[in-house]
Amino acid sequence: MPGKVPPPLADGSANRLAPPAGPAAPDVAHSVVHRVRYGRYVSVALILIVLAVIVRAFAVGKIDWPVVGEFLFSSLMLWGIVNTIVLTACAMVLGILLGLAAALMGNSNNPVLRGTAAGYIFVFRALPALLQLLIWYNLALIFPVIWLPGIVEVATTKVITPFVGALLAFGILQGAYTSEVIRSGLLSVGKGQVDAARSIGMTQAQALRRIILPQAMRVIVPPIGNETIGMVKFTSLASVIQYKEIIYGAQAVYYANGRVIELLIVAAFWYSVVVAILTYVQSHIERHYNRSQAPVAVQEAA
Amino acid sequence: MPDIVRIRGVTKRFGQFEALRDVSLSIAEGEVVCIIGPSGSGKSTLLRCINNLERIDGGLIEVGEEIIGYRLAGGRLHELPDRLQARQRSRIGMVFQQFNLFPHKTVVENIIEGPLVVRGTPREQALAEAQRLLERVGLAAKAASYPGQLSGGQQQRVAIARALAMNPSLVLFDEPTSALDPELVGEVLEVMREMARSNLTMLVVTHEVAFAREAADRIVFMDHGRVVECGPAEELLARPSHPRTREFLAAVRK
Ligand SMILES: Nc1ncnc2c1ncn2[C@@H]1O[C@H](COP(=O)(O)OP(=O)(O)O)[C@@H](O)[C@H]1O
Ligand SMILES: [Mg+2]
Repeated sequence: MPGKVPPPLADGSANRLAPPAGPAAPDVAHSVVHRVRYGRYVSVALILIVLAVIVRAFAVGKIDWPVVGEFLFSSLMLWGIVNTIVLTACAMVLGILLGLAAALMGNSNNPVLRGTAAGYIFVFRALPALLQLLIWYNLALIFPVIWLPGIVEVATTKVITPFVGALLAFGILQGAYTSEVIRSGLLSVGKGQVDAARSIGMTQAQALRRIILPQAMRVIVPPIGNETIGMVKFTSLASVIQYKEIIYGAQAVYYANGRVIELLIVAAFWYSVVVAILTYVQSHIERHYNRSQAPVAVQEAA
Repeated sequence: MPDIVRIRGVTKRFGQFEALRDVSLSIAEGEVVCIIGPSGSGKSTLLRCINNLERIDGGLIEVGEEIIGYRLAGGRLHELPDRLQARQRSRIGMVFQQFNLFPHKTVVENIIEGPLVVRGTPREQALAEAQRLLERVGLAAKAASYPGQLSGGQQQRVAIARALAMNPSLVLFDEPTSALDPELVGEVLEVMREMARSNLTMLVVTHEVAFAREAADRIVFMDHGRVVECGPAEELLARPSHPRTREFLAAVRK
């Protein structure tokens, strides 16, 4: 490190072992000449070239850009966006509720509850999402009628619409993942917090709602933001069971007019928009939780 | 004075390990009792059992008129539902070694949390009471601060105020000054002395022998999950009758 210039020796002569002061420690009188960072220029140039090639390829490739523009705001696509967002939101809500339930069961003292939670998490994480989707949608093949004595008796096919099938598949699958997130969030809150809450007379439920969950949010919220963004893309699988989301809209059009790539580009555009908005929202939520974290960090150090 | 705490033959096991063995102890109303003893002797466990944060495996703990965790009916002990166990805890204050303040709430919110949520006290009344308590522990100016912005000594004084806000008939202290820097111990002990003078019933686990001599009516020495010796503070410190007590006192006075 040429950073520090040793002080002169007591007799006033300079320390002969001292390295010459480098450019990082300029003497006040001298101006600084930074070295040229060739690597930077080279890498920027390379990236620009690659980008230019890609852009040109798409420009001269067999893409009919006016068609892309024509269908960008077509009603099928706009409905697709709405349905994608609705399914994402409902599946995440279901997933978070199931995840919370499974997390609480997983942390309980009751071995039966713990085992049930572990089994749920294992099964729904083990099976591919598409397989789960197909099973839920085809539930009628297993149970032709949904029957609760004296309450309902309906044909399963009437109940399991594409929306319900997709909601069950993705919500239940999401719950298995979210339960792990929530569980680690609950565990991140020190045991002393439960003790303190109980010592002032709170019941378990009060302690959970007022003391534990608010603190666990710091750990829970960021990954759930990521998973929501993931869910937006997961919902595209539901096109397979005729749920009218973005991909379904694109396919409906290109089956009719044969403009496959143009409509896939339309779909790609809209996914990017939705994800960009969610990313923006997520960064704000994270900032909010990081702010309220500040005083906590000090206390834990104390 | 009548006894407010009666502990009779209490046993507590963690798996095979007996953390408390046949512990008996009574505390009179307004009395200050200090528990001393080596680390691992079961002092914290005893306090946690009195507050029903741990369930006992044998014996009986009575605080006031009630049996902790149970109800006597028809000659049998029936376990209380969660809600009633919580209500029993609300009448017993506890101050922890690590303060355990709620970090996401301000000082005043920490104090009114119990009255508001557990007692259903009107907010205005709870706030006024909290302000009085903060003055009593010398932190009136810190009402709007977060625990993380306070020193350890200040946090522990807030924790004491939080316990007092529930108007407890008994306050348990588990080594309230052990996690503090030495220069902050005094301010917490000062608050505790003031509480002792105000006729509050206190059970204090502490290594501060000087505090015990001055503030305690009686001292209990525990070792290996048992009460080895119990007596008036001056007398036990001056003439411990059991060799284990003498050894321990010699070690902490060094
Ligand atoms: N939750 C627990 N699980 C298992 N063992 C415990 C638990 N709590 C305390 N113990 C054990 O019980 C004994 C007494 O602990 P404790 O009451 O904390 O002692 P003290 O407060 O006197 O230092 C120790 O040996 C400790 O390891
Ligand atoms: Mg202890």
